[in-house]
This record gives sequence, C-alpha cells and structure tokens, in this order.
Amino acid sequence: MSEQLEDDIIICRCEDIKLSEIRQSIADGNLSTEEIKRSCRCGMGPCQGRTCMPLVAQELAKATGKPLAEISLPTFRQPVAAISLGALAGGERHE
Amino acid sequence: MNDTADVVVIGGGIVGCATAYNLARLGAGKVVLLERDYLASGATGRCGAGMRMQWGTETNCLLSRESTRMLEQLPELLDVDIDIELKQGGYLLLAYTEKMAAQFKKNLQLQNSLGIPSRWVTPAEAKEIVPHLNTAGLLGATFCAKDGHCNPFKATAAYAKAAERHGVEIRTNSEVTGIEAECCRITGVKTRWGTISTPRVVVAAGGYSKQLGRMVGVELPIYPERHEILVTEPVEPMQDSMVMSFHHNLYCQQSPHGSFIMGIGHPDEPESFNTESSWQFLGEMARRLIEILPPLAGLNVVRQWAGLYDMSPDRQPILGPAGDVEGFHVAAGFSGHGFMIAPITGQIVAEKLLGLKTALPVELLDAGRFARGDLFVEPSVV
Ligand SMILES: Cc1cc2nc3c(=O)[nH]c(=O)nc-3n(C[C@H](O)[C@H](O)[C@H](O)COP(=O)(O)OP(=O)(O)OC[C@H]3O[C@@H](n4cnc5c(N)ncnc54)[C@H](O)[C@@H]3O)c2cc1C
Repeated sequence: MSEQLEDDIIICRCEDIKLSEIRQSIADGNLSTEEIKRSCRCGMGPCQGRTCMPLVAQELAKATGKPLAEISLPTFRQPVAAISLGALAGGERHE
Repeated sequence: MNDTADVVVIGGGIVGCATAYNLARLGAGKVVLLERDYLASGATGRCGAGMRMQWGTETNCLLSRESTRMLEQLPELLDVDIDIELKQGGYLLLAYTEKMAAQFKKNLQLQNSLGIPSRWVTPAEAKEIVPHLNTAGLLGATFCAKDGHCNPFKATAAYAKAAERHGVEIRTNSEVTGIEAECCRITGVKTRWGTISTPRVVVAAGGYSKQLGRMVGVELPIYPERHEILVTEPVEPMQDSMVMSFHHNLYCQQSPHGSFIMGIGHPDEPESFNTESSWQFLGEMARRLIEILPPLAGLNVVRQWAGLYDMSPDRQPILGPAGDVEGFHVAAGFSGHGFMIAPITGQIVAEKLLGLKTALPVELLDAGRFARGDLFVEPSVV
C-alpha cells in the first residue's frame, strides 16, 4: 500500500483518528500508548481503545524498535461498557 | 558524568512546566525538569479542565484573573503552534441557601472590585444560560462569562515546548529519589540515572510534594486527597456554561469535544495516595447530577478515573522558598484549582526564585503564613 493511502487508515473509529495522526504524535515525542492517547484522544471513545490500542502499540514498536511485548497498553478505565447516567442513578430513570 | 543544573524543577505537570519555562525565559541558566512518568501524568492530566475567576479570596481571584488573561492568548504568548482548546462559556455557581447566597454576593463584590466580570443571576436567568437546569429550590446564582475550559494536555505541551525552546532540559521517566543538602543548602537531586548537582530545586510535585520536602527535612503542610471524575460520550453542544453547586458538591461541564466532564467532592475522603476509581462514585455522581440537570440522565458514561488534590490548610497554594534549607522552593498546595492558575503561578515562582519583583503581591502565598496564623480559607471549593 502506498504511504499516502496508509496514512489515511482510520485507527480509532470512535474518535476518528487516522494513522497519520498517530505517526505525528509519535514524531512529537509521545513514546507510550498513554501519551498518544492523551495527545490525540485515540482510544478515549466508547470502546475504550479495544481496537485501536493494539494497532497503536504496533506503530510504537515499529517506531522505537522495541519488541511489541514491551509496549504496555493504557490503564483500562471503568465502566466496561458505556452505561447511562440514568441507569447509574438507579432504577426508574433507566431508559 | 558531570551532571549539573542551576535549577532543577521536580514534577512535569502544568505547574512544573510553566515554572521551568519562566525560569529559563527570565535567565535562570540551565534548568532541568524531572518527571517521574510522562508530562501531565499526575493531577494535570486527570483534572476537570475548568477555569474560573469566581473565587472568595483576593489571592485566588488575582491568580485566576491573571492566568485567564494569559490563557486567552497562550499560544501567542509562548509562541507555539498548539491549540489549547480554550472555550469561554462561563461558569454558573448555584446558590441554594440564604447563607450561600450571602457568601456569593460578598464574593461578587470582591470579584467586581478586582475587575472580574461576574454577576448575580435569578433562577429564570440561570435557566436562560443553561436551559435544562432544574431550578427547584434555587435562590439564584453567580455567573461569569469569561470562565470556561481548556485542554490540560495541550496547555502543558505548550509550556513544555516553549520551555525546551528556551533551553530547558525535560527528562521524563526520571523519578526523584533523593534531594541532597549540605549545611542547610541544597546541593543535588538524585534519580536512578544519577545525581544532578544543583543549588536550587523547585518542588512542583502535586500531591507528592510533602514526600519531596521530607527528603531534606522540610515539612510542608500539604496532603494528597483523591477526587473522582467521569466523562460521557460526546453529544451535540447543549451546555455552554460549567454548572457548579457547592450544595451538591459537584461540577459538570460540556467540553468543546462534546463530552460532559463531571465530578463530585467527598467531605470524608481520607488523606491517601489512592487513585482508584469506585463504583460508589458513579451512582452518587449520577444521582446528584440528575437532580439538577435531569436531561443528562440519557448520556452514556464512557470512562471514569481519579486523581489527587494537593490540599493546603487554607486551600491556596504555597509558592516560593519553604523551610530553612537554602535553595528549596515549592509550588504546590493547589487544593483542586492549580490548573487554571498555573500560568501566573509559574511566573511568580520563577520571579521569586530569581529575586525579581513578582507580578502579584505574594506575601499571602508564602509558606510562613501558617505559622503566623494569617489564614483566610477559600470558601468556594468542590
Ligand atoms: C479530579 C480532579 C479535577 C480537577 N479539576 C480541576 C479544574 O477543573 N480546574 C483546575 O484548575 N484544577 C483542577 N484540578 C486540580 C489540578 O489538576 C491541579 O491543581 C494541577 O493540575 C496541579 O498541577 P501540578 O503541576 O502542580 O501537579 P501535577 O499535575 O500532579 O504534577 C506533579 C507531577 O509531579 C510528578 N512527581 C511526583 N513525585 C515525583 C518525584 N519524586 N520525582 C519526579 N516527579 C514526581 C508526578 O508524576 C506529576 O506528574 C483537579 C484535580 C483533580 C484530581
């Protein structure tokens, strides 16, 4: 695939982040998944980075020359699945 | 290796970065910033991202007023090409009791006397500002249209970039494990990478500042306290203003990205370094929020987290030299509002360290005030 086409690949579907943005973030000096997440919101959407973070880790491994196993994934934040405030408040307001 | 610095700044949150930038800009020589993890990994990157000038003490009003002015033009001031996502949609502070209304009106007088454009609004006017506000039981509110939001990661990155341009060396992944002193003066700072010889340190380590003080026998009256927070999925813009209620002990703001960020305070939260999230928080947050902003019940929560407030006895920061070890400086004790006042704070700490005239009168902010008994506790904190 050409560099250009590759750059357009969407890595994070929730926040609509392209591969080029991940590469830019790494070039800006963000060398961990935590930092990349915070710099461009990748992995901050409803799926909590389930799809994108492994891809980001691969990019980081490529860029830093570290083995993939040494790239840690971001802290997993509750809740596991998106849940409405109404449901959290309890009972009757649940929609 | 001969590792030396003229000043070592400990902590890579917004305060450490802003301080390092100002030190270098004002001619402090070689400045090294040491951060345990990565920049903004502490309270800064976990905060509610809110900025307001509606405070109850003159010090907090001045610090926030000056900082707001700076945030309004931060990329130009720092000459960096980073959008800090500033949004000035205002802050609405709700009053539910006569006592609170009286305090708010007193605060307004103070704020207005300092040129802060805040005003009293009736429940009906409050509803115009936030149409989905439940005004039951509401006596009124104060509103300042210049209050708002900006992105903590971006603001920190902007300071870091500007600092590096002025020659600051930023070292992440570098936890300070010891501070060395000889005959009551600072001589060096230790990390696992080695020792940096330096005559001065600035501790900007948030909730960990007390720990760092203890490394040289300086006892700082600052303690860590967990605060929890959550964010919802992004939705269409529907709430320009932050809504804050000291009665419900909560705040809730829609970010420019569309998500709602909200948190509550806990009067019984113990002193600790705990930053775990709790299920209790989710339920309690949701119940209190829906009481005042009912339509938000339909929003989905996507993430919750927690961070540390670095509390001081009067809920105002300690800026400048502390203890009797020469060369030991502090910028901590922000008590939950250090992000919004970081721009002027960084400048004042640098000015003080370099013996320059400070931008604001800072007698009220020195570490000695507690011993002198000069306490005037900030009343308006969640
Ligand atoms: C949930 C929550 C909501 C908040 N909401 C707001 C808000 O809306 N508006 C606002 O203005 N403020 C808010 N605050 C407060 C604000 O986050 C802080 O006051 C501000 O970020 C302080 O910045 P700092 O740089 O002093 O501290 P921090 O960002 O905590 O930075 C300190 C840094 O020091 C590092 N460190 C600690 N020990 C060492 C060591 N031994 N060696 C090297 N580095 C070390 C840490 O890793 C950390 O990165 C909130 C805080 C929390 C927790």
